[in-house]
Amino acid sequence: MAGFLLRRLINHVVLVAVATSLAYMLAAIAFDPRSNYQDRSPRPPEAVVDARLDELGLNDKTPLFERYLAWAGGVLRGDFGPSVTGEPVLDDLARRAGVTLRLVLTGLLAGSAAGVLAGAYAAVRQYGVFDRLTTGLSFVVLAVPVVVLANMSIIAATWLNDLAGARILLVSGEATPGLRGGFAAHLADRVQHLALPTFTLSLGLAAIYSRYQRNMMLDVLGADFVRTAMAKGLSRRAALVRHALRTALIPAATYFAFSFGALLVGATFTEKIFGWHGLGERLIDSIFTNDVHTVAAISCFAACAVLVASLAADVLHAALDPRVRVS
Amino acid sequence: MTPPVLEVAGLTVTFPGAGGPVPVVRGVDYAVAPGEVLGIVGESGSGKSVTALAVMGLLPPRATMTGSVRLHGEELAGAPERRLTAVRGRTISMVFQDPLSALTPVYRVGDQIAEAIRAHRRIGAKEAERRAVELLDLVGIPSPRQRALAFPHEFSGGMRQRVMIAMAVANDPDVIICDEPTTALDVTVQAQVLEVLRTAQRETGAAIVMITHDLGVVAGLADRVLVMYAGRVVEAGRVDDVYHRARMPYTRGLLGSVPRLDGGRARLAPIDGTPPSPGALPPGCPFEPRCPAALPECREAEPPLVAAGGPGQAAACVRAAEPVADPVADPAEAAEAAGADPGTAAGRADGRPERAVVLRVDGLVKHHPLVRGAVLRRRVGTVRAVDGVTFDVREGETLGLVGESGCGKTTTLMQILELAAPQRGTIAVLGRDTARLRAGDRTAIRRDLQVVFQDPLAALDPRMTVHDILAEPLRAHGRPPGPRVRELLGLVGLEAEHAGRYPREFSGGQRQRIGIARALALEPRLVVLDEPVSALDVSIQAGVVNLLAELKERLGLSYLFVAHDLAVVRHIADRVAVMHLGRIAEIGQVDRVYAAPAHPYTQALLSAVPLPDPARERARRRILLEGDLPNPASPPSGCRFRTRCPRFTALGPAERDRCVREEPEVRLLGGDQGAACHYAERVDVM
Ligand code: SF4
Ligand code: SF4
Repeated sequence: MAGFLLRRLINHVVLVAVATSLAYMLAAIAFDPRSNYQDRSPRPPEAVVDARLDELGLNDKTPLFERYLAWAGGVLRGDFGPSVTGEPVLDDLARRAGVTLRLVLTGLLAGSAAGVLAGAYAAVRQYGVFDRLTTGLSFVVLAVPVVVLANMSIIAATWLNDLAGARILLVSGEATPGLRGGFAAHLADRVQHLALPTFTLSLGLAAIYSRYQRNMMLDVLGADFVRTAMAKGLSRRAALVRHALRTALIPAATYFAFSFGALLVGATFTEKIFGWHGLGERLIDSIFTNDVHTVAAISCFAACAVLVASLAADVLHAALDPRVRVS
Repeated sequence: MTPPVLEVAGLTVTFPGAGGPVPVVRGVDYAVAPGEVLGIVGESGSGKSVTALAVMGLLPPRATMTGSVRLHGEELAGAPERRLTAVRGRTISMVFQDPLSALTPVYRVGDQIAEAIRAHRRIGAKEAERRAVELLDLVGIPSPRQRALAFPHEFSGGMRQRVMIAMAVANDPDVIICDEPTTALDVTVQAQVLEVLRTAQRETGAAIVMITHDLGVVAGLADRVLVMYAGRVVEAGRVDDVYHRARMPYTRGLLGSVPRLDGGRARLAPIDGTPPSPGALPPGCPFEPRCPAALPECREAEPPLVAAGGPGQAAACVRAAEPVADPVADPAEAAEAAGADPGTAAGRADGRPERAVVLRVDGLVKHHPLVRGAVLRRRVGTVRAVDGVTFDVREGETLGLVGESGCGKTTTLMQILELAAPQRGTIAVLGRDTARLRAGDRTAIRRDLQVVFQDPLAALDPRMTVHDILAEPLRAHGRPPGPRVRELLGLVGLEAEHAGRYPREFSGGQRQRIGIARALALEPRLVVLDEPVSALDVSIQAGVVNLLAELKERLGLSYLFVAHDLAVVRHIADRVAVMHLGRIAEIGQVDRVYAAPAHPYTQALLSAVPLPDPARERARRRILLEGDLPNPASPPSGCRFRTRCPRFTALGPAERDRCVREEPEVRLLGGDQGAACHYAERVDVM
């Protein structure tokens, strides 16, 4: 198993390198950092702009391949180059990755857990009230754009706060700036900020998961082994939870790992609306500012995330399903 | 008389259907005495399995059930779930048909057995585990302590069924219901599992309800038998009475249509028509449309089950009181009486060398890589699916290629159909070496070499009418379809007006007839049949077997008949080749091989097939094989059968050495019979 994972890891490193290089090339060809200086007044002289672009490694007068080599050399030493403002790309991104990770991880955990439970229960009571309700709700959630969903939850939260006469749910930012108090106060503040975006993010995930898990569960409900479990004298509930759900969880776990990878840069809307300064926000900003290095660095991060997630999916699958383990 | 442990009365089960409720079980009554074995036989759709689920209270929620199920006098029908849970697995337990899917794939086998114990007894995990190991030992799983830690997918089908039995007897039940427990298994494995069931019964003293379609299994095991048809019991009685003095024409028909290992090549007596669908039963006796003895009054009312014949015997037939002849008399005598010519097969064998060879397979080898794991795929070895197989088929001859799953018979057939150069060895179809064929030759040979597959529905395009299905090969080879399609339908016993229908609208047997008609469209010389009747019920199977035999005579065809059912092969084949682990163990003229097989594997195989004759079946000495088929990726050195060979165990060390070192080749034993065994010796195992 370890040897296999190592081989897989090496494959993945190659893939990440290719993906990142392509992202760099594409950004370097498509973006025009020179234009950043053209709208300034007074417009800086060309020589000054050239010097500045050279310094940043973004001068389009240098052949693309040469720029790529210089940049790639830096990457190998752990330096993803400067952003258009001249600061190292990584400093900012590291902080933002933390922000995004916090949001995505909690959102995903909450969403998948809720979705799996709802889906499994809906399957057990197929065509019952709960099944119909969750089916309807999940389609509504999936059909409504995230923007609307997020704003609706903001409105609901404000209303709730008014009702309670206190600020329970905070709708903007990651933390209250300049908050005083001990660790507990800070933690509470963070949680208050986290609740709403997490909820928004997990709602969509829960909708998808509940659909998915419902189908997986329906597949195993009629399975012979569930009948065997009941024939042994297990109650219906024990047979369903211990045998049916446990087996139906295998595909969902694989899916879990993948959606995690994809979400890291996919939670852009949620981040933007709730004023979280995460990776998604940065990616959009950097496209507007012709920031080649930041785009390449975020692409690299996303590629790593997806591939790590796929590794995690394999490990998780093998952990849950003895049939795929190679003895 | 001791009170019965299980008593079922007036049981009905109804499923909702598109056109209103469908009654699947329509009033079943039976009682099982302590320690008794009750067989329930019937074809698919007779309601026998649903009856079992109803007794266990395990029907799917959409089914509705009425009637009474009493266990030790306690009413279970309508009992609260808590009560049922307490009884299930403890007083009454069940063994299901398909061992491949009946165990939860993600838990260790030992844990699953322990779970069954702990569901009913307050004992610690360690204690339950210990008991699970004991149970695995009881059902004959080698090194039970290690195997308890394995997962179900690491077990073979037979081993999993043993685990199921271990689970069923874990709490020392009073009744064990077995629903087709050996249907999915190979015949030697079936013999082992039935033996385990006997042991389990001896240990627990439980009564067994044995549900099966196999009349042979019931003959060997049951004390009493119920015959079910269209959701009702149509005949009941002691095994001997029912098998030898059946009062119900359906029972007699069923017994007459079973191909028998000890039978000659007499025509089977199929039952006409097909079983009625539970949603559309005919008025009166449900068997009336198919019954050869029907009277006008049979259509008026459904006859009740009334006492007739022997003690405790009962039949649901208006003619139940009339005495009848024995349908299970010595089949060889019956064959003579029926005017079959026992000399046909022998006569064929004599003229064999002069007849042209239509198919020659010489030293055929097919190895394929073995990959493991769905996610973490990798090659872990080479399966030697076919490893040096040689045989030929002559004009007008049927060669039966038999063996258990994994023996390589299907791979051999696929290699022949590919018409390409094999990995090693040669295949010559109608005298042409397949390695040297050009595209044009291939098309020509395809015309003369046709195939009929096992699953008729999968092999026929559902969107084409029967006419189009039959016309397709004709058009492809540039022949006008028109009258030929009608001719073909007539040939296989279908009506001309069937041409406009779709495969879906036909029963299994009729579909297989369409498959045969398509194969015959281009007037082939050699037809390859891959398990053509194994998906069909016995009463239908007999008709198709007869048809195949008839067509062969009429059209002078040659068949390569691949099957796992040795009794069917005996009926249709002139010669038989028994395969084991990619090699031929024994080959020769059918009568010779069946009368006195020489290879220990053939002997075990033949002795494992149950005979639908209670007296004979019980008097037989069975050769039980030990353990499982060896891994085909690493067969044992020398003779591949030696790890399970009963003769090998009886040999002296010097003689054994030869089996270990030297791989036996097929050796002629005089006459048309050869066996791949160093110590081949002809033995009668009937
Ligand atoms: S009742 Fe009539 S139709 Fe039915 S089995 Fe008896 S003889 Fe045949
Ligand atoms: S060669 Fe030896 S091991 Fe093989 S079948 Fe014959 S006696 Fe048995």
